[in-house]
Amino acid sequence: MVSGKSNVLLSVWKCVYSVVVKSEPFLFERDVSMASSNIIELKNVNYRYDRDFVLTNINLAIPQGAFLGIVGPNGSGKSTLLKIILGLLKPREGKVVLFDQAQAKFREWERIGYVSQKANAFNTGFPATVYEVVASGLTKKTGLFHMIGKKRRPQIEKAIKAVSMENFMDRNIGELSGGQQQRVFIARAIVSEPDILILDEPTVGVDSKNVQTFYDMLDHLNKKLGITLVLVTHDIGTITNKVTHVACLNNTLHFHGSTADFEQVKDQELSQFYGHDVQRLHHDHAHEGSL
Amino acid sequence: MIQAIFQYEFLQNAFLTGLIIGVIAPLLGAFIVVRRLSLIADALSHVTLSGIAASLFLSKSVVMFNGLNPLWMGMTFSVIGSLFIERLRTVYKHYQELAIPIILSGGIGIGVIFISLADGFNTDLFSYLFGSVSAVSRDDLWLILGIAIVVLSLVIILYKELFLLSFDEEFGKASGLPAKALHLIFMVMVALVIAASMRIVGILLVSSLMTLPVAAAMRIARGFKQTIFFSILFGELAVIAGLFSAFYLDLAPGGTIVVSSILLLLLAIALKKWQVMRK
Repeated sequence: MVSGKSNVLLSVWKCVYSVVVKSEPFLFERDVSMASSNIIELKNVNYRYDRDFVLTNINLAIPQGAFLGIVGPNGSGKSTLLKIILGLLKPREGKVVLFDQAQAKFREWERIGYVSQKANAFNTGFPATVYEVVASGLTKKTGLFHMIGKKRRPQIEKAIKAVSMENFMDRNIGELSGGQQQRVFIARAIVSEPDILILDEPTVGVDSKNVQTFYDMLDHLNKKLGITLVLVTHDIGTITNKVTHVACLNNTLHFHGSTADFEQVKDQELSQFYGHDVQRLHHDHAHEGSL
Repeated sequence: MIQAIFQYEFLQNAFLTGLIIGVIAPLLGAFIVVRRLSLIADALSHVTLSGIAASLFLSKSVVMFNGLNPLWMGMTFSVIGSLFIERLRTVYKHYQELAIPIILSGGIGIGVIFISLADGFNTDLFSYLFGSVSAVSRDDLWLILGIAIVVLSLVIILYKELFLLSFDEEFGKASGLPAKALHLIFMVMVALVIAASMRIVGILLVSSLMTLPVAAAMRIARGFKQTIFFSILFGELAVIAGLFSAFYLDLAPGGTIVVSSILLLLLAIALKKWQVMRK
Protein backbone atom coordinates (compact mmCIF):
# COMPACT_ATOMS: atom_id res chain seq x y z
CA MET A 1 0.00 0.00 0.00
CA VAL A 2 2.77 2.32 0.95
CA SER A 3 4.72 1.64 -2.21
CA GLY A 4 1.57 2.29 -4.21
CA LYS A 5 1.40 5.72 -2.69
CA SER A 6 5.03 6.23 -3.51
CA ASN A 7 4.25 5.54 -7.12
CA VAL A 8 1.45 8.05 -7.10
CA LEU A 9 3.76 10.60 -5.61
CA LEU A 10 6.41 9.94 -8.21
CA SER A 11 3.87 10.29 -10.96
CA VAL A 12 2.78 13.60 -9.49
CA TRP A 13 6.33 14.67 -9.73
CA LYS A 14 6.72 13.60 -13.28
CA CYS A 15 3.67 15.57 -14.28
CA VAL A 16 4.78 18.69 -12.47
CA TYR A 17 8.06 18.45 -14.24
CA SER A 18 6.57 17.86 -17.62
CA VAL A 19 4.63 21.09 -17.36
CA VAL A 20 7.57 23.00 -16.12
CA VAL A 21 10.02 21.61 -18.62
CA LYS A 22 7.74 22.03 -21.57
CA SER A 23 6.50 25.50 -20.85
CA GLU A 24 9.55 26.88 -19.03
CA PRO A 25 7.61 29.93 -17.93
CA PHE A 26 10.24 31.32 -15.63
CA LEU A 27 13.67 31.87 -17.02
CA PHE A 28 16.02 31.54 -14.20
CA GLU A 29 18.81 33.58 -15.76
CA ARG A 30 16.79 36.66 -14.96
CA ASP A 31 17.63 36.34 -11.31
CA VAL A 32 21.33 35.83 -11.87
CA SER A 33 21.62 39.42 -13.03
CA MET A 34 20.94 40.65 -9.49
CA ALA A 35 24.22 39.11 -8.42
CA SER A 36 25.13 41.57 -5.69
CA SER A 37 22.36 40.51 -3.30
CA ASN A 38 22.84 36.81 -3.90
CA ILE A 39 24.46 34.78 -1.18
CA ILE A 40 25.02 31.66 -3.25
CA GLU A 41 25.29 31.33 -7.00
CA LEU A 42 25.74 28.26 -9.13
CA LYS A 43 26.51 28.72 -12.81
CA ASN A 44 26.17 25.88 -15.31
CA VAL A 45 27.11 23.26 -12.75
CA ASN A 46 27.35 19.63 -13.89
CA TYR A 47 28.12 16.65 -11.71
CA ARG A 48 28.36 12.91 -12.20
CA TYR A 49 29.45 10.19 -9.77
CA ASP A 50 30.31 7.49 -12.28
CA ARG A 51 28.86 7.53 -15.73
CA ASP A 52 25.52 9.33 -15.69
CA PHE A 53 25.18 12.97 -14.83
CA VAL A 54 23.28 13.48 -11.58
CA LEU A 55 23.14 17.21 -12.09
CA THR A 56 23.12 18.91 -15.45
CA ASN A 57 23.33 22.57 -16.19
CA ILE A 58 22.33 23.82 -12.76
CA ASN A 59 21.86 27.56 -12.49
CA LEU A 60 20.81 28.81 -9.12
CA ALA A 61 21.00 32.10 -7.29
CA ILE A 62 19.85 32.41 -3.72
CA PRO A 63 19.03 35.98 -2.75
CA GLN A 64 19.61 37.23 0.76
CA GLY A 65 16.67 36.75 3.11
CA ALA A 66 14.96 34.15 0.96
CA PHE A 67 13.43 30.93 2.18
CA LEU A 68 14.09 28.68 -0.79
CA GLY A 69 12.52 25.24 -0.98
CA ILE A 70 14.22 22.81 -3.34
CA VAL A 71 11.86 19.93 -4.03
CA GLY A 72 12.49 16.78 -5.97
CA PRO A 73 11.92 13.02 -5.86
CA ASN A 74 14.46 10.52 -4.59
CA GLY A 75 17.52 10.33 -6.79
CA SER A 76 16.94 13.76 -8.27
CA GLY A 77 20.32 14.98 -7.03
CA LYS A 78 19.14 17.01 -4.04
CA SER A 79 21.82 15.92 -1.62
CA THR A 80 24.48 16.08 -4.33
CA LEU A 81 23.51 19.68 -5.03
CA LEU A 82 23.88 20.56 -1.35
CA LYS A 83 27.22 18.80 -1.11
CA ILE A 84 28.48 20.84 -4.04
CA ILE A 85 27.38 24.08 -2.38
CA LEU A 86 29.09 23.01 0.84
CA GLY A 87 32.30 22.10 -0.94
CA LEU A 88 32.07 18.41 0.00
CA LEU A 89 31.96 17.56 -3.72
CA LYS A 90 33.62 19.44 -6.55
CA PRO A 91 31.52 20.09 -9.67
CA ARG A 92 32.84 18.52 -12.87
CA GLU A 93 31.96 21.66 -14.75
CA GLY A 94 30.60 25.05 -13.83
CA LYS A 95 31.15 27.62 -11.13
CA VAL A 96 30.08 27.99 -7.53
CA VAL A 97 30.17 31.47 -6.02
CA LEU A 98 29.68 31.93 -2.28
CA PHE A 99 29.30 35.45 -0.93
CA ASP A 100 30.75 36.86 -4.16
CA GLN A 101 33.87 34.70 -3.86
CA ALA A 102 34.84 31.74 -5.99
CA GLN A 103 34.33 28.61 -3.90
CA ALA A 104 37.98 27.55 -4.13
CA LYS A 105 39.01 30.78 -2.40
CA PHE A 106 36.14 30.84 0.10
CA ARG A 107 37.28 30.37 3.70
CA GLU A 108 34.45 31.74 5.86
CA TRP A 109 32.59 28.46 6.14
CA GLU A 110 31.09 29.52 9.46
CA ARG A 111 28.80 31.81 7.45
CA ILE A 112 27.06 28.73 6.06
CA GLY A 113 25.14 26.58 8.53
CA TYR A 114 24.28 23.03 7.56
CA VAL A 115 21.82 20.50 8.95
CA SER A 116 22.41 17.20 7.23
CA GLN A 117 19.90 14.51 6.47
CA LYS A 118 22.08 12.03 8.30
CA ALA A 119 21.48 13.91 11.51
CA ASN A 120 18.20 12.05 11.63
CA ALA A 121 19.90 8.70 11.75
CA PHE A 122 23.06 9.63 13.61
CA ASN A 123 24.83 7.54 16.19
CA THR A 124 22.20 7.88 18.92
CA GLY A 125 24.37 6.41 21.66
CA PHE A 126 26.92 9.16 21.41
CA PRO A 127 27.61 10.43 24.92
CA ALA A 128 27.37 14.17 24.35
CA THR A 129 25.06 16.70 25.98
CA VAL A 130 22.91 19.12 24.04
CA TYR A 131 25.24 21.89 25.18
CA GLU A 132 28.33 20.06 23.92
CA VAL A 133 26.73 19.33 20.55
CA VAL A 134 25.67 22.93 20.04
CA ALA A 135 29.08 24.20 21.20
CA SER A 136 30.75 22.04 18.56
CA GLY A 137 29.14 24.30 15.97
CA LEU A 138 31.66 26.93 17.01
CA THR A 139 34.68 24.74 16.23
CA LYS A 140 35.67 26.47 13.04
CA LYS A 141 34.85 29.96 14.24
CA THR A 142 36.87 29.60 17.42
CA GLY A 143 39.90 28.59 15.41
CA LEU A 144 42.80 26.23 15.96
CA PHE A 145 44.66 26.35 19.32
CA HIS A 146 41.71 28.04 21.03
CA MET A 147 39.18 26.43 23.30
CA ILE A 148 35.45 26.98 23.27
CA GLY A 149 35.54 28.56 26.69
CA LYS A 150 33.10 30.08 29.19
CA LYS A 151 33.18 33.31 27.21
CA ARG A 152 31.17 31.59 24.48
CA ARG A 153 28.52 30.29 26.87
CA PRO A 154 25.96 33.10 26.35
CA GLN A 155 26.22 32.66 22.60
CA ILE A 156 25.68 28.90 22.87
CA GLU A 157 22.75 29.32 25.26
CA LYS A 158 21.19 31.85 22.92
CA ALA A 159 21.25 29.36 20.06
CA ILE A 160 19.71 26.68 22.28
CA LYS A 161 16.97 29.11 23.33
CA ALA A 162 16.31 30.04 19.71
CA VAL A 163 15.16 26.45 19.13
CA SER A 164 13.41 26.27 22.55
CA MET A 165 15.62 23.51 23.93
CA GLU A 166 16.89 25.37 26.99
CA ASN A 167 15.33 22.85 29.37
CA PHE A 168 17.35 20.03 27.85
CA MET A 169 20.78 21.63 27.90
CA ASP A 170 22.46 18.96 30.04
CA ARG A 171 20.66 15.96 28.61
CA ASN A 172 22.50 13.47 26.48
CA ILE A 173 21.52 13.89 22.85
CA GLY A 174 20.53 10.21 22.60
CA GLU A 175 17.78 10.65 25.21
CA LEU A 176 15.83 13.11 23.05
CA SER A 177 13.11 12.48 20.50
CA GLY A 178 13.80 12.80 16.78
CA GLY A 179 12.21 16.24 16.59
CA GLN A 180 14.14 17.50 19.60
CA GLN A 181 17.39 16.17 18.16
CA GLN A 182 16.69 17.98 14.94
CA ARG A 183 16.23 21.23 16.86
CA VAL A 184 19.57 20.69 18.54
CA PHE A 185 21.23 20.22 15.16
CA ILE A 186 19.69 23.45 13.98
CA ALA A 187 21.01 25.19 17.08
CA ARG A 188 24.45 23.79 16.28
CA ALA A 189 24.17 25.15 12.76
CA ILE A 190 23.06 28.64 13.83
CA VAL A 191 25.36 29.09 16.83
CA SER A 192 28.12 30.47 14.62
CA GLU A 193 25.59 33.07 13.43
CA PRO A 194 25.61 32.07 9.78
CA ASP A 195 24.04 34.16 7.05
CA ILE A 196 22.47 31.12 5.49
CA LEU A 197 21.18 27.83 6.83
CA ILE A 198 20.96 24.78 4.58
CA LEU A 199 18.66 21.95 5.67
CA ASP A 200 18.57 18.56 3.98
CA GLU A 201 15.22 16.76 4.56
CA PRO A 202 14.94 18.13 8.09
CA THR A 203 11.52 16.68 8.90
CA VAL A 204 12.36 13.05 8.26
CA GLY A 205 12.10 11.34 11.65
CA VAL A 206 10.07 14.17 13.16
CA ASP A 207 6.59 13.04 14.12
CA SER A 208 3.74 14.70 12.30
CA LYS A 209 2.37 16.73 15.21
CA ASN A 210 5.75 18.39 15.67
CA VAL A 211 6.34 19.20 12.02
CA GLN A 212 4.23 22.36 12.29
CA THR A 213 6.16 23.67 15.31
CA PHE A 214 9.30 22.86 13.43
CA TYR A 215 8.30 25.00 10.48
CA ASP A 216 7.17 27.78 12.82
CA MET A 217 10.66 27.78 14.26
CA LEU A 218 12.21 27.99 10.78
CA ASP A 219 9.89 30.89 10.04
CA HIS A 220 11.14 32.62 13.16
CA LEU A 221 14.77 32.12 12.09
CA ASN A 222 14.02 33.46 8.64
CA LYS A 223 11.86 36.46 9.52
CA LYS A 224 13.09 37.49 12.96
CA LEU A 225 16.77 36.57 12.80
CA GLY A 226 17.09 37.28 9.08
CA ILE A 227 18.77 33.99 8.25
CA THR A 228 18.45 32.93 4.62
CA LEU A 229 17.12 29.39 4.46
CA VAL A 230 17.49 26.65 1.91
CA LEU A 231 15.36 23.62 2.58
CA VAL A 232 15.64 20.49 0.49
CA THR A 233 12.78 18.02 0.63
CA HIS A 234 10.69 15.53 -1.30
CA ASP A 235 7.66 16.80 0.59
CA ILE A 236 6.11 19.29 -1.79
CA GLY A 237 2.80 19.69 0.00
CA THR A 238 3.99 20.86 3.37
CA ILE A 239 6.51 23.41 2.28
CA THR A 240 4.85 25.43 -0.45
CA ASN A 241 2.99 27.62 2.00
CA LYS A 242 6.09 28.22 4.11
CA VAL A 243 8.79 29.15 1.64
CA THR A 244 9.24 32.31 -0.40
CA HIS A 245 10.87 30.66 -3.42
CA VAL A 246 10.54 27.21 -4.92
CA ALA A 247 12.84 25.29 -7.21
CA CYS A 248 12.15 21.83 -8.60
CA LEU A 249 15.05 19.50 -9.06
CA ASN A 250 15.13 16.44 -11.22
CA ASN A 251 18.74 16.30 -12.31
CA THR A 252 18.13 19.68 -13.85
CA LEU A 253 16.77 22.61 -11.90
CA HIS A 254 13.56 24.47 -12.66
CA PHE A 255 13.18 27.63 -10.74
CA HIS A 256 9.71 28.96 -10.03
CA GLY A 257 10.42 32.32 -8.60
CA SER A 258 7.89 33.08 -5.92
CA THR A 259 5.75 30.50 -4.21
CA ALA A 260 2.58 31.99 -5.64
CA ASP A 261 3.78 31.31 -9.17
CA PHE A 262 4.57 27.77 -8.26
CA GLU A 263 1.21 27.21 -6.58
CA GLN A 264 -0.60 28.14 -9.74
CA VAL A 265 1.28 25.66 -11.85
CA LYS A 266 1.03 22.96 -9.28
CA ASP A 267 -2.67 23.14 -8.47
CA GLN A 268 -3.71 23.19 -12.10
CA GLU A 269 -1.66 20.20 -12.94
CA LEU A 270 -2.29 18.16 -9.88
CA SER A 271 -6.07 18.49 -10.00
CA GLN A 272 -6.14 17.83 -13.71
CA PHE A 273 -4.43 14.50 -13.33
CA TYR A 274 -5.44 13.24 -9.95
CA GLY A 275 -8.55 15.09 -8.87
CA HIS A 276 -9.13 16.87 -5.60
CA ASP A 277 -7.71 14.20 -3.30
CA VAL A 278 -4.14 14.56 -4.29
CA GLN A 279 -3.07 17.12 -1.74
CA ARG A 280 -4.50 15.18 1.16
CA LEU A 281 -3.09 11.92 -0.02
CA HIS A 282 0.23 13.59 -0.37
CA HIS A 283 0.14 14.96 3.14
CA ASP A 284 -0.79 11.62 4.67
CA HIS A 285 2.00 10.08 2.80
CA ALA A 286 4.56 12.61 3.83
CA HIS A 287 3.74 12.17 7.45
CA GLU A 288 4.21 8.45 7.32
CA GLY A 289 7.71 9.22 6.29
CA SER A 290 7.84 6.17 4.08
CA LEU A 291 9.70 7.68 1.16
CA MET B 1 53.62 -3.04 47.98
CA ILE B 2 53.62 0.60 49.09
CA GLN B 3 56.79 -0.09 51.03
CA ALA B 4 58.24 -2.17 48.25
CA ILE B 5 57.67 0.66 45.77
CA PHE B 6 60.11 2.83 47.68
CA GLN B 7 62.61 -0.01 47.79
CA TYR B 8 62.65 -1.39 44.28
CA GLU B 9 63.21 0.67 41.18
CA PHE B 10 61.43 -1.85 38.94
CA LEU B 11 58.26 -1.45 40.98
CA GLN B 12 58.46 2.31 40.74
CA ASN B 13 58.84 1.99 36.98
CA ALA B 14 55.88 -0.35 36.67
CA PHE B 15 53.68 1.73 38.93
CA LEU B 16 54.45 5.10 37.33
CA THR B 17 54.10 3.65 33.84
CA GLY B 18 50.79 2.13 34.88
CA LEU B 19 49.51 5.48 36.17
CA ILE B 20 50.54 7.19 32.93
CA ILE B 21 48.86 4.72 30.60
CA GLY B 22 45.85 4.70 32.92
CA VAL B 23 45.32 8.27 31.72
CA ILE B 24 46.25 8.21 28.04
CA ALA B 25 44.76 4.85 27.02
CA PRO B 26 41.18 5.57 28.20
CA LEU B 27 41.50 9.19 27.01
CA LEU B 28 42.08 8.13 23.42
CA GLY B 29 39.81 5.16 23.99
CA ALA B 30 36.86 7.52 24.49
CA PHE B 31 37.35 8.88 20.96
CA ILE B 32 38.01 5.40 19.54
CA VAL B 33 34.85 3.90 21.03
CA VAL B 34 32.50 6.68 19.90
CA ARG B 35 33.94 6.49 16.41
CA ARG B 36 33.28 2.74 16.42
CA LEU B 37 36.92 1.97 15.80
CA SER B 38 37.45 -0.28 18.84
CA LEU B 39 38.98 -3.01 16.74
CA ILE B 40 41.63 -0.71 15.29
CA ALA B 41 43.41 -0.79 18.63
CA ASP B 42 43.59 -4.56 18.31
CA ALA B 43 44.91 -4.43 14.78
CA LEU B 44 47.61 -1.93 15.72
CA SER B 45 48.66 -3.87 18.80
CA HIS B 46 49.36 -6.90 16.61
CA VAL B 47 51.43 -4.75 14.29
CA THR B 48 53.33 -3.58 17.36
CA LEU B 49 53.96 -7.25 18.13
CA SER B 50 55.64 -7.74 14.76
CA GLY B 51 57.85 -4.74 15.52
CA ILE B 52 58.81 -6.14 18.92
CA ALA B 53 59.50 -9.57 17.42
CA ALA B 54 61.58 -8.01 14.65
CA SER B 55 63.57 -6.06 17.21
CA LEU B 56 64.16 -9.13 19.39
CA PHE B 57 65.30 -11.08 16.34
CA LEU B 58 67.57 -8.34 15.02
CA SER B 59 69.16 -7.76 18.42
CA LYS B 60 70.18 -11.43 18.36
CA SER B 61 71.55 -11.46 14.82
CA VAL B 62 72.70 -7.92 14.03
CA VAL B 63 75.19 -6.22 16.31
CA MET B 64 73.87 -2.75 15.54
CA PHE B 65 70.49 -3.56 17.04
CA ASN B 66 71.94 -5.07 20.17
CA GLY B 67 70.75 -3.14 23.18
CA LEU B 68 68.11 -1.18 21.28
CA ASN B 69 64.90 -0.92 23.28
CA PRO B 70 62.34 -3.08 21.38
CA LEU B 71 59.73 -0.48 22.23
CA TRP B 72 61.20 1.84 19.59
CA MET B 73 60.72 -0.61 16.79
CA GLY B 74 57.31 -1.62 18.10
CA MET B 75 56.32 2.03 18.05
CA THR B 76 57.66 2.52 14.53
CA PHE B 77 55.77 -0.51 13.21
CA SER B 78 52.62 0.62 14.96
CA VAL B 79 52.77 4.09 13.41
CA ILE B 80 53.44 2.62 9.95
CA GLY B 81 50.52 0.25 10.52
CA SER B 82 48.24 3.18 11.38
CA LEU B 83 49.21 4.90 8.13
CA PHE B 84 48.44 1.69 6.22
CA ILE B 85 45.01 1.44 7.85
CA GLU B 86 44.23 4.99 6.79
CA ARG B 87 45.32 4.22 3.24
CA LEU B 88 43.30 1.00 3.10
CA ARG B 89 40.23 2.74 4.45
CA THR B 90 40.25 5.06 1.45
CA VAL B 91 40.91 2.18 -0.95
CA TYR B 92 37.93 0.19 0.38
CA LYS B 93 35.60 3.11 0.78
CA HIS B 94 32.48 1.04 1.30
CA TYR B 95 34.13 -1.66 3.42
CA GLN B 96 36.22 0.45 5.74
CA GLU B 97 36.33 -2.23 8.43
CA LEU B 98 38.16 -4.50 5.99
CA ALA B 99 41.34 -2.56 6.77
CA ILE B 100 41.30 -3.97 10.30
CA PRO B 101 41.57 -7.74 9.55
CA ILE B 102 44.10 -7.04 6.80
CA ILE B 103 46.39 -5.14 9.13
CA LEU B 104 45.72 -7.44 12.08
CA SER B 105 46.61 -10.64 10.25
CA GLY B 106 49.50 -8.92 8.51
CA GLY B 107 50.90 -7.89 11.88
CA ILE B 108 50.55 -11.38 13.37
CA GLY B 109 51.97 -12.98 10.23
CA ILE B 110 55.11 -10.88 10.21
CA GLY B 111 55.39 -11.26 13.97
CA VAL B 112 55.23 -15.05 13.77
CA ILE B 113 57.93 -15.12 11.09
CA PHE B 114 60.31 -13.10 13.24
CA ILE B 115 59.44 -15.15 16.33
CA SER B 116 60.34 -18.39 14.50
CA LEU B 117 63.47 -16.80 13.09
CA ALA B 118 64.46 -15.85 16.63
CA ASP B 119 63.98 -19.50 17.70
CA GLY B 120 60.61 -19.28 19.29
CA PHE B 121 59.29 -17.78 22.49
CA ASN B 122 61.40 -16.61 25.35
CA THR B 123 60.47 -14.94 28.60
CA ASP B 124 61.11 -11.53 27.09
CA LEU B 125 58.49 -12.03 24.44
CA PHE B 126 56.09 -13.49 27.00
CA SER B 127 56.29 -10.28 29.01
CA TYR B 128 55.47 -8.25 25.91
CA LEU B 129 52.44 -10.42 25.17
CA PHE B 130 50.83 -10.29 28.61
CA GLY B 131 52.53 -7.38 30.33
CA SER B 132 54.89 -7.50 33.24
CA VAL B 133 55.42 -5.86 36.61
CA SER B 134 59.13 -6.54 36.65
CA ALA B 135 60.22 -5.90 33.06
CA VAL B 136 59.61 -2.15 32.82
CA SER B 137 62.94 -0.34 32.67
CA ARG B 138 63.72 3.31 33.41
CA ASP B 139 64.26 3.68 29.67
CA ASP B 140 60.75 2.44 29.00
CA LEU B 141 59.37 4.83 31.59
CA TRP B 142 61.01 7.87 29.97
CA LEU B 143 59.87 6.87 26.51
CA ILE B 144 56.29 6.31 27.72
CA LEU B 145 56.33 9.61 29.58
CA GLY B 146 57.42 11.33 26.36
CA ILE B 147 54.60 9.71 24.42
CA ALA B 148 52.12 10.72 27.13
CA ILE B 149 53.19 14.37 27.02
CA VAL B 150 52.86 14.50 23.23
CA VAL B 151 49.47 12.77 23.23
CA LEU B 152 48.05 14.79 26.11
CA SER B 153 49.03 18.13 24.58
CA LEU B 154 47.68 17.14 21.17
CA VAL B 155 44.33 16.04 22.62
CA ILE B 156 44.02 19.24 24.64
CA ILE B 157 44.93 21.45 21.68
CA LEU B 158 42.74 19.59 19.19
CA TYR B 159 39.92 18.64 21.57
CA LYS B 160 37.10 20.52 19.84
CA GLU B 161 38.21 19.39 16.39
CA LEU B 162 38.50 15.75 17.48
CA PHE B 163 35.12 15.93 19.21
CA LEU B 164 33.36 17.33 16.16
CA LEU B 165 35.02 14.85 13.83
CA SER B 166 34.02 11.95 16.08
CA PHE B 167 30.46 13.14 16.51
CA ASP B 168 29.66 14.16 12.96
CA GLU B 169 32.39 13.88 10.35
CA GLU B 170 30.26 15.31 7.54
CA PHE B 171 29.37 18.42 9.50
CA GLY B 172 33.03 18.83 10.41
CA LYS B 173 34.06 18.67 6.79
CA ALA B 174 31.25 21.00 5.77
CA SER B 175 32.46 23.57 8.28
CA GLY B 176 35.90 23.41 6.73
CA LEU B 177 37.91 21.21 9.12
CA PRO B 178 40.96 19.48 7.62
CA ALA B 179 39.43 16.08 8.34
CA LYS B 180 42.12 13.99 6.68
CA ALA B 181 45.01 15.59 8.51
CA LEU B 182 43.19 15.38 11.84
CA HIS B 183 42.34 11.75 11.28
CA LEU B 184 45.96 10.97 10.51
CA ILE B 185 47.18 12.72 13.65
CA PHE B 186 44.60 10.80 15.64
CA MET B 187 45.67 7.43 14.21
CA VAL B 188 49.33 8.12 14.91
CA MET B 189 48.40 9.03 18.50
CA VAL B 190 46.55 5.72 18.84
CA ALA B 191 49.60 3.88 17.54
CA LEU B 192 51.84 5.65 20.05
CA VAL B 193 49.55 4.96 23.00
CA ILE B 194 49.32 1.29 22.07
CA ALA B 195 53.10 1.01 21.97
CA ALA B 196 53.26 2.75 25.36
CA SER B 197 50.57 0.65 27.04
CA MET B 198 51.95 -2.65 25.82
CA ARG B 199 54.68 -2.81 28.46
CA ILE B 200 52.15 -3.06 31.29
CA VAL B 201 49.01 -4.68 29.86
CA GLY B 202 50.68 -6.62 27.07
CA ILE B 203 50.06 -6.67 23.36
CA LEU B 204 47.12 -9.06 23.49
CA LEU B 205 45.23 -6.98 26.03
CA VAL B 206 46.19 -3.43 25.08
CA SER B 207 42.85 -2.65 23.50
CA SER B 208 41.02 -3.57 26.69
CA LEU B 209 42.43 -0.57 28.52
CA MET B 210 41.19 1.64 25.69
CA THR B 211 37.68 0.22 25.53
CA LEU B 212 36.55 -1.33 28.84
CA PRO B 213 36.86 1.81 31.00
CA VAL B 214 35.06 3.78 28.30
CA ALA B 215 32.30 1.19 28.08
CA ALA B 216 31.82 1.54 31.85
CA ALA B 217 31.95 5.35 31.75
CA MET B 218 29.35 5.55 28.99
CA ARG B 219 26.82 3.83 31.24
CA ILE B 220 26.87 6.54 33.86
CA ALA B 221 28.31 9.72 32.31
CA ARG B 222 26.41 12.73 31.05
CA GLY B 223 28.16 14.28 28.09
CA PHE B 224 31.48 13.62 26.46
CA LYS B 225 33.76 15.41 28.90
CA GLN B 226 32.28 13.43 31.76
CA THR B 227 32.71 10.25 29.73
CA ILE B 228 36.40 11.04 29.38
CA PHE B 229 36.68 11.84 33.08
CA PHE B 230 35.05 8.59 34.19
CA SER B 231 37.01 6.59 31.60
CA ILE B 232 40.28 7.84 33.05
CA LEU B 233 39.04 7.28 36.60
CA PHE B 234 38.07 3.67 35.81
CA GLY B 235 41.29 3.18 33.86
CA GLU B 236 43.37 4.29 36.83
CA LEU B 237 41.39 2.15 39.28
CA ALA B 238 41.82 -0.89 37.05
CA VAL B 239 45.55 -0.31 36.64
CA ILE B 240 46.16 0.20 40.36
CA ALA B 241 44.05 -2.79 41.41
CA GLY B 242 45.56 -4.88 38.64
CA LEU B 243 49.17 -4.04 39.50
CA PHE B 244 48.67 -4.70 43.21
CA SER B 245 47.07 -8.07 42.66
CA ALA B 246 49.64 -8.98 39.99
CA PHE B 247 52.43 -8.19 42.41
CA TYR B 248 51.01 -10.07 45.40
CA LEU B 249 49.66 -13.06 43.51
CA ASP B 250 52.60 -13.21 41.11
CA LEU B 251 50.43 -12.96 38.00
CA ALA B 252 50.84 -11.23 34.64
CA PRO B 253 49.40 -7.70 35.12
CA GLY B 254 47.68 -7.81 31.72
CA GLY B 255 45.23 -10.37 33.06
CA THR B 256 44.61 -8.74 36.43
CA ILE B 257 44.09 -5.29 34.87
CA VAL B 258 41.56 -6.62 32.38
CA VAL B 259 39.68 -8.55 35.08
CA SER B 260 39.59 -5.41 37.25
CA SER B 261 38.25 -3.42 34.29
CA ILE B 262 35.53 -5.96 33.71
CA LEU B 263 34.54 -5.87 37.38
CA LEU B 264 34.30 -2.07 37.19
CA LEU B 265 32.25 -2.37 34.03
CA LEU B 266 29.80 -4.75 35.71
CA LEU B 267 29.60 -2.39 38.64
CA ALA B 268 28.78 0.55 36.34
CA ILE B 269 26.09 -1.46 34.56
CA ALA B 270 24.57 -2.50 37.90
CA LEU B 271 24.69 1.09 39.14
CA LYS B 272 22.85 2.32 36.08
CA LYS B 273 20.21 -0.40 36.48
CA TRP B 274 19.72 0.55 40.08
CA GLN B 275 19.40 4.24 39.16
CA VAL B 276 16.78 3.47 36.53
CA MET B 277 14.82 1.20 38.87
CA ARG B 278 14.78 3.83 41.60
CA LYS B 279 13.21 6.44 39.32
